[in-house]
Amino acid sequence: MFDLKGYGPELLSGAVVTIELAFLSLALALALGLIGAAAKLSNSRVAVGIATTYTTLIRGVPDLVMMLLFYYGGQVGVNMISDYIWETYEVDFFFQFNPFISGVITIGLIFGAYMTETFRGAFLAVETGQIEAARAYGFSNWHTFRRVMVPQMLRHALPGIGNNWQVLLKTTALVSIIGLTDMVRVAEEAAKQSACRSIFSFRWRLCISPLRQARSFS
Amino acid sequence: MPPDFIAAWLNKNDIFTAMTIMEYWDGMVTTVQLVFLCLIIGLVFAVPLAIMRTVKNPFVSGPVWFYTYLFRGTPLLIQLYIIYYGVAQIPGIQETFWWEIFREPFYPALLAFTLNTCAYTTEIIRGAIISTPHGEIEAAKAYGMSWFLRMRRIVLPSAARRAVQAYSNEVIFMLHSSAIASVVTIVDLTGAARNIYSRFYAPFDAFIFVAFCYMALTFTMVFAFRKLENHLLRHQRPVGS
Repeated sequence: MFDLKGYGPELLSGAVVTIELAFLSLALALALGLIGAAAKLSNSRVAVGIATTYTTLIRGVPDLVMMLLFYYGGQVGVNMISDYIWETYEVDFFFQFNPFISGVITIGLIFGAYMTETFRGAFLAVETGQIEAARAYGFSNWHTFRRVMVPQMLRHALPGIGNNWQVLLKTTALVSIIGLTDMVRVAEEAAKQSACRSIFSFRWRLCISPLRQARSFS
Repeated sequence: MPPDFIAAWLNKNDIFTAMTIMEYWDGMVTTVQLVFLCLIIGLVFAVPLAIMRTVKNPFVSGPVWFYTYLFRGTPLLIQLYIIYYGVAQIPGIQETFWWEIFREPFYPALLAFTLNTCAYTTEIIRGAIISTPHGEIEAAKAYGMSWFLRMRRIVLPSAARRAVQAYSNEVIFMLHSSAIASVVTIVDLTGAARNIYSRFYAPFDAFIFVAFCYMALTFTMVFAFRKLENHLLRHQRPVGS
């Protein structure tokens, strides 16, 4: 059962793609989440409006629909932009939209919205006394944010980040639908080639468990 | 009389005709059917499983723990692949009447979604059950209620109140996950959008329209659950509001 019909190396390279995708989109999601949370807690009405629209839109639309939109629509959109740039500035510019990039962008955007909520809650959990103390020491806004708010906020946010990371990892399975050769894709092709389908899918489960455990170290 | 630009747009538009709107409508009916059925069946099985999960005996709670761990720890797409492709591999199934059912993509998808949502719902209800205040259970015991009566009259009603918020999240997650049914050739909302995309090569029209359909469904459910929460948690509202 465990000889994998010679698909072992390919499954391994698929696993590498999955991990790369997961970490890159996690980085994007964390960045977006931090910006989104800062925007939601800011005094500017415009920033609050944009951040609220962003999180509402993302939570209302399924991730697969978003992914298909970015994958099929991404290239069309980029071509429209490059046409426009060519016509107005005569600058030739070409950008190939591949499944990996659209996967990273989509998953990053989706989990950026969830991270925004996580970080917002964590920022609110930081005591106001801390901020007042920083003000009293003459810290600028940016310094207060970086030296006082973020380090304390992260402690409150870590459990939420761990949960989001788990869901994110499971969402990466969807990129196999738009044709990226990740672990699920390899398993599916292997299953179609050889007769025993369920074995390969179970391999994925065995692979995913150690990744899930990463939560306990965070 | 509609403004001129809307009329002009409708005249030139080949994509949103009565035919394609009907395709979207059929897709929406399939999505709603699939989600509604799997949620109902999942909830029915989740309540006894959640009670079993809280029992001290590890031979009762262990298997339920394993089931929820397995189904919450793997992507739904993989579960769908295993059931959709895997059931056909069971030796001899093609001669039994089960084959009539599992040959269609709808029932394997329904089974996969039900198993998945049942696992999550079990954990939600379990969390609500174990957070029942001790005093309530002690009071019920003092009244001489049996285990069954205690469960039925005290624990489950108050657990339902505590679970409804987390469960509304699960319902919305399930609606969103149901989009992957389109991968196994079911024409749900996403499937309709993919068909229309490939016919007209118009990704924005097809997918943005379907995104708005999903948003409408999502926010209808959010609204309904908020009403339900208000109704169930009326006793916790501040006096006079």
